[in-house]
Amino acid sequence: MPLYPHRHLLALQGLEPPYIAELLDLAESYALLNRGGKTGRDVLRGRTLINLFFEDSTRTRTSFELAGKRLGADVINMSVSTSSVNKGETLLDTASTLNAMKTDLLVVRHAQSGAPALLSQKVEAAVINAGDGTHEHPTQALLDALTIRRRKGTLENLTVAICGDVLHSRVARSNIHLLLAMNCRVRVVGPPTLIPAEAEALGVQVFHDMKAGLKDADVVMMLRLQKERMQGGLVPSAREFFRFYGLDAAKLRHAKPDAIVMHPGPMNRGVEIDSAVADDPARSVIGEQVEMGVAVRMAVLDILSQNQRRNT
Amino acid sequence: MAPRRAPAYNAVPMPDLLISHVRLLDAASGLDAPGALLVRDGRIAALGGDVTAPEGAETVDGRGAILAPGLIDLRAALGEPGHEHRETIESAAEAAAAGGITTLCALPDSDPALDDPALLQFILRKGEATGSLTILPYGAATRGCAGKEMTEFGLLREAGAIAFTDGTHAIADARAMRLALSYARGFGSFVVQHPEEPSLTRNASVTEGEMATRMGLPAAPAAAEAMMVARDIALARLTRGHVHFAHVSTGAALDLIRAAKAEGLRVTCDTAPPYFDLNETAIGDFRTYAKLSPPLRREEDRRAVVAALADGTIDAIASDHQPRDADDKRVPFAQAEAGGAGLATLLGVTLARYHAGDLPLLRCLELLTTGPAKLLGLETGRLVPGAPADLVLFSPDRGWKVEAGKLPGKAQNSPFDGRALEGRVVGTWKAGRRVFG
Repeated sequence: MPLYPHRHLLALQGLEPPYIAELLDLAESYALLNRGGKTGRDVLRGRTLINLFFEDSTRTRTSFELAGKRLGADVINMSVSTSSVNKGETLLDTASTLNAMKTDLLVVRHAQSGAPALLSQKVEAAVINAGDGTHEHPTQALLDALTIRRRKGTLENLTVAICGDVLHSRVARSNIHLLLAMNCRVRVVGPPTLIPAEAEALGVQVFHDMKAGLKDADVVMMLRLQKERMQGGLVPSAREFFRFYGLDAAKLRHAKPDAIVMHPGPMNRGVEIDSAVADDPARSVIGEQVEMGVAVRMAVLDILSQNQRRNT
Repeated sequence: MAPRRAPAYNAVPMPDLLISHVRLLDAASGLDAPGALLVRDGRIAALGGDVTAPEGAETVDGRGAILAPGLIDLRAALGEPGHEHRETIESAAEAAAAGGITTLCALPDSDPALDDPALLQFILRKGEATGSLTILPYGAATRGCAGKEMTEFGLLREAGAIAFTDGTHAIADARAMRLALSYARGFGSFVVQHPEEPSLTRNASVTEGEMATRMGLPAAPAAAEAMMVARDIALARLTRGHVHFAHVSTGAALDLIRAAKAEGLRVTCDTAPPYFDLNETAIGDFRTYAKLSPPLRREEDRRAVVAALADGTIDAIASDHQPRDADDKRVPFAQAEAGGAGLATLLGVTLARYHAGDLPLLRCLELLTTGPAKLLGLETGRLVPGAPADLVLFSPDRGWKVEAGKLPGKAQNSPFDGRALEGRVVGTWKAGRRVFG
């Protein structure tokens, strides 16, 4: 029986280290099986997994789809962004539809913070938050943690710099919670206009200068800068952002010589990251992050499914 | 940021220069003593009572006049680019040298506005070419100084922007001001606000009150200033950014600034000579030269400005030089352009507060040298060995009369036209080279 005590995976805030370790350990074993080509499992045989995406996403949806199929689940993708919502169906109407369909596992992506949590109160399925507004993206932080652990041998006591648009980033928030739980030193680096209010209260150190923020970092995690941020006046131009906050070889030199570079994708090359860094096999682990994504999602689906069986 | 080093103008080696028989006055150290000052290679080599001329040195006899650091003018419009008929960089440099000013911060609301790194570099180069005046341009805080989209503070700062402002345009939108204060903080810089609530001051010529009522002129309440100051202090508290208020002119605004400073917020301000030397009666019989932005205030506000100069609430006195030509001013009052010429009279009008017993001499000097230098992180503004030899020699008691038409430089629109002043610049040196007198 899993240690993980919850029915859903909605957020990493408050999740204790043993449960994080359990998810990562299981994900690690799935990663090895995936690498060995032994991808067909049947732990989710007869179970229904619905990918309910209210917001466009290719990579996260594909990653969950693949994870579900490799575990033998029946996987259905529902993109709601352009259909029912526009017809006036509320989130809770959608929930009753899903209950009627006897869904076991529900993966939810929504533009509003808290939407998966609201759904979880109304559906019988186990809900996995696949990114809600600017709140959390738990599986992204778990796959980042697994990637770091594999590269660094440990998750403890590392210095991690999370750089760029922290204000709008659910990836940053989930990573901050996870990394702090694992005793890492977490820094957020960006212009003051892209750092959320009272960020220090979360337990991170705030930097507005990349050189200082990257100094002696073990991990440099870049975030995507959406173009709307420039239209909204938070950043004056892409060229200025790249000059002061884009990760290039010169800025990366301030991190530890063996520091790894991460990005949740999709990248804006020449805005938050220089191609020479993003494509450097010695430093960039961006490809491995995608690979670990499938393994982490398999582990999450497996554990939530086990908890569901236990409770019924 | 490291202090900015003044560019070296003296490519050709100059002989040493001794300025002797002077009263050395330096607000940074509190020095006020008779002596001499030696200049070598454009920098101050030595100063004090026992400094003598080395062999081959040139000497200038100061005849007991005061030798002080060259003045730093925190705020002046140049007319260039875009309004060269009012003033050019060359004519402004001439007026500045006559006024004892060796460093001048140029406003960015020119035409085009200084919102692009290349434009700033152009201004810096033209300043260097004068040989007499270091021009430090402000970067526009918003594109075209239109108050909407923030400019590239980082790139502008690298190109030489001293800080960010929209010049004579108030940054009216609270969100734009919040973002600017916040973003500037990331680059260790600050935002200068023209503190007037524009929805109240639009089309106004004078301060609302009895005088405006009698004259029948469109007026704005003096409270328009305190309102904007209160809002921006709240934004400084929110963003932990640094806001600087330009040409503060009312007691209500100064009270807010005094309290904000006591609270430990990063709030600074300057004022300009008209606001402590004149009151609204100076517009007299519709004198357009006394039409300024902000407009002249009541006598009680003028006295509040003097008190704030004395108690340290005000950090600097700026000329707020706004060149205007005859066509701008020889029209009915309400149609005239606001703004007054101020370079040549900056020192003399400031010294009037010393002669009136309102301010000690060293405090007057502090407001014109170390005050702005501290704000801008400059190495000039003080008499200390190693500092650039930017110097002004002035006679504090020598009288002269301000006469529009006879002022140095192109702009003649002085609000002090006809005013008798005590305190006249005798000589000005830029990096050890004499540029006036």
